[in-house]
Amino acid sequence: MRNIFQSRVSGTLLKTVFLGALDGIAIWASVQLFLQSEVGFAVALLIGAAVINYVFLSQKTYPVRYMVPGLIFLFAFVVYPIGYTFYLSTTNYGTGHILNKSQAIESLETQYYQPENPTSYTFNAYENDQGKMKLLLKSGTDENLYLTEGKKLKEVNQGSDRLVDTDGDGTIDRIGEYSIMTRTEVIRSLQTLQEWRPKSGKVSLQMSDLNHFQEQIAQYEYIESREVMKDRRTGEIFKPVEGTFVSTTSNKKLQPGFKASVGLENFIRIFTDPLITGPFFRVFTWTFIWAFMSVLTTFALGLGIALLLNDDQLSLKPLYKGLLILPYAIPAFISALIWRGFFNTNVGIINTKILQPLFGIAPAWFQDPILAKVAVLLVNLWLGFPYMMIVCLGALQSIQPELYEVAKVDGASPFQQFRKITFPLLMVSVAPLLIGSFAFNFNNFNIIFLVSRGEPPIVGATTAGSTDILISYTYKLAFGGQGATQYGLAAAISIIIFLIVGTISAVNFHYTGALEEMSENV
Amino acid sequence: MSNDKSLLGQFWSWFVARGFKHLIMLAILAFVLYPIIWIISASINPVGSLSAQSLIPDNPTLENYRLFFLGGAEQYDAPFLLWLWNSLKLSVLTGVIGTAMCALAAYAFSRFRFTGRRTGLLSLLLVQLFPQMLAMVALYFLLLQIGDLAPWLGLNTHLGLLMVYLGGSLGFHTWLMKGFFDSIPHSLEESAQVDGASHFQAFMRIILPLARPMLAVIFILTMIFVYSDFILASILLQDTSQYTLSVGLKLFIFGSYNQRWGIFAAAALIGALPIVIIFLSLQDQIVAGLTQGSVKG
Repeated sequence: MRNIFQSRVSGTLLKTVFLGALDGIAIWASVQLFLQSEVGFAVALLIGAAVINYVFLSQKTYPVRYMVPGLIFLFAFVVYPIGYTFYLSTTNYGTGHILNKSQAIESLETQYYQPENPTSYTFNAYENDQGKMKLLLKSGTDENLYLTEGKKLKEVNQGSDRLVDTDGDGTIDRIGEYSIMTRTEVIRSLQTLQEWRPKSGKVSLQMSDLNHFQEQIAQYEYIESREVMKDRRTGEIFKPVEGTFVSTTSNKKLQPGFKASVGLENFIRIFTDPLITGPFFRVFTWTFIWAFMSVLTTFALGLGIALLLNDDQLSLKPLYKGLLILPYAIPAFISALIWRGFFNTNVGIINTKILQPLFGIAPAWFQDPILAKVAVLLVNLWLGFPYMMIVCLGALQSIQPELYEVAKVDGASPFQQFRKITFPLLMVSVAPLLIGSFAFNFNNFNIIFLVSRGEPPIVGATTAGSTDILISYTYKLAFGGQGATQYGLAAAISIIIFLIVGTISAVNFHYTGALEEMSENV
Repeated sequence: MSNDKSLLGQFWSWFVARGFKHLIMLAILAFVLYPIIWIISASINPVGSLSAQSLIPDNPTLENYRLFFLGGAEQYDAPFLLWLWNSLKLSVLTGVIGTAMCALAAYAFSRFRFTGRRTGLLSLLLVQLFPQMLAMVALYFLLLQIGDLAPWLGLNTHLGLLMVYLGGSLGFHTWLMKGFFDSIPHSLEESAQVDGASHFQAFMRIILPLARPMLAVIFILTMIFVYSDFILASILLQDTSQYTLSVGLKLFIFGSYNQRWGIFAAAALIGALPIVIIFLSLQDQIVAGLTQGSVKG
């Protein structure tokens, strides 16, 4: 009794400590999020914490407690990212559309142009003890004086008592604590001066020579009430269309654009934009061929070997089996990297030790679309057939030997036995695994990306290669580092892959009756 | 003469029955072992370049292995041992924590009847249809945002990547585990509960020890998956010192195949060794798990 009582008490204590810590962290993090104006995240976090508290305090939700650790990670790193992928697929997020709208407007409003007859300003520079600088600028047109305050430009009165001319030569030598810099000092600070660009309203001043700053005008003005951008120089009006300011009178678009919802535009582009449609459909078709051929070749070889090995009288059988499984035991990324070396045109052993001596040829494996496809399929055959071999061996052993005896009595040839007995019975248990293997190879990123890297490039496509499958194409669009990054488009392709793989798996579950079996069990 | 003929006849009948199988096996073994033998040969070849390879190297040496463990090859910035350690650390941690989470959730699904149980099980299956790597762009931005708030948990951290792996490790394995728990008779825990044990104590002291074989399988499948992952690690890790072996080795060898072949061969063999050993020693259990729908990287 005492023992149980103790454990109950320590259980309650543990629960209190756990919930206390959790709530503390959740509140701290949501305050931080709130301060960074991530209100959505903050609220989600608090709701999540509240749910967990409820689960651990209410007796009704006792079973759910066991799932909380897993569910936290499942929601945060699977469910939420899935939802976020759907959201991203409806945006134009990517190169040229990284900023949000106000950041993009700010960036556009700091693009300047030089007017035809720019006003020139003569200047003197001043420095205080801490090495901070101030500029006093004099307009060349109306002789007005301007003083910098950091990046800002303020007009000052000629007779302001801050401006002191100690020696009376007409040049101001002191401004408060700042004293005038010599020409040598100015030259030494040249870089600071060139990057300074003090602003006042739409005007920005840029250093033009050692004595002058020149006026520049901000080219674009955002008109808040009409939500349009106006070009000060030409008067052209730009309206925001799907994350880009587009001219109402010409085809001109302003850069940078901003992140915006574009609805189904990414999906429509996949099917209509000639730059994307062509490569996409080649990648799409190859993905299916690749997955299908991978399953076919590994299954054919695996089944063939299994038929040979399914013979208890065969000596050395365990040795054969043990050696043949090796490729499957090696992590795929390692095999892939090794094979890439073997396929190297000039120095890889496939060319130098086999093809060159025997046939006198040395093909460039990853420069020819067909050869590259053969290469990746060969690598996948090498490391994938042992799985099929084991699976088939298992299935073959479960076929009752009496069936063959009866067949022999009836005079069936070995081939007929295989066709009428072995294969159909084998397929009953192996078919779902073949579909599973198809779904796996459909997204077999490692082999494609580490062996051929999707190469050779498809002519006329910026990103896609002849051996790219959808998942490696997606990866390149988002993280490839070549050409423009297109997160939105990548997310849209992810959704398409998801639909395809989801359908295949659903068919598989239906086929194997996994769902029915499970529903009985539920 | 007649004796000779019957010997030949005997050989022929043996060949038709079994011998041709050995012949085919030898051909297939050549295909399977050829690359492995070459890579072993390259790893002990004193000349480290791909072009200078020969099947049986002159003056074999362990220099490449020494470079792997001790470093010192000036021209490479490649901390192999650190990469291997990172890979092992992430895969073992994901394996342990992921298996624990799986077991907890599976226990609830197996032993309790509660509203939402069926929906929960089905949703788990549904979520698992979406391979986690398809959400790579979203995961990248998620960790980027987490990193703004807590840099030790964001992009380029092992803790962040570990959490991502944990999220992906749950789905199907919970199903496998639930199936196993279902096969353990309830009477065992019931008698413990009569003696005053709580559900959780019954789970810890009775169910878990019985489920050891399944725990091992799920631990190993998760571990192998994480160890072999390239795509997520390459997106979410950014510094050379943070890389896992898959990301590090790829960047090390891509574009420098000829010059770095020898040391790469040693690194590849050492990198493959932990998984090969585990796989071969637990082959039957792992294959059983795989045929029930898990995947190996």
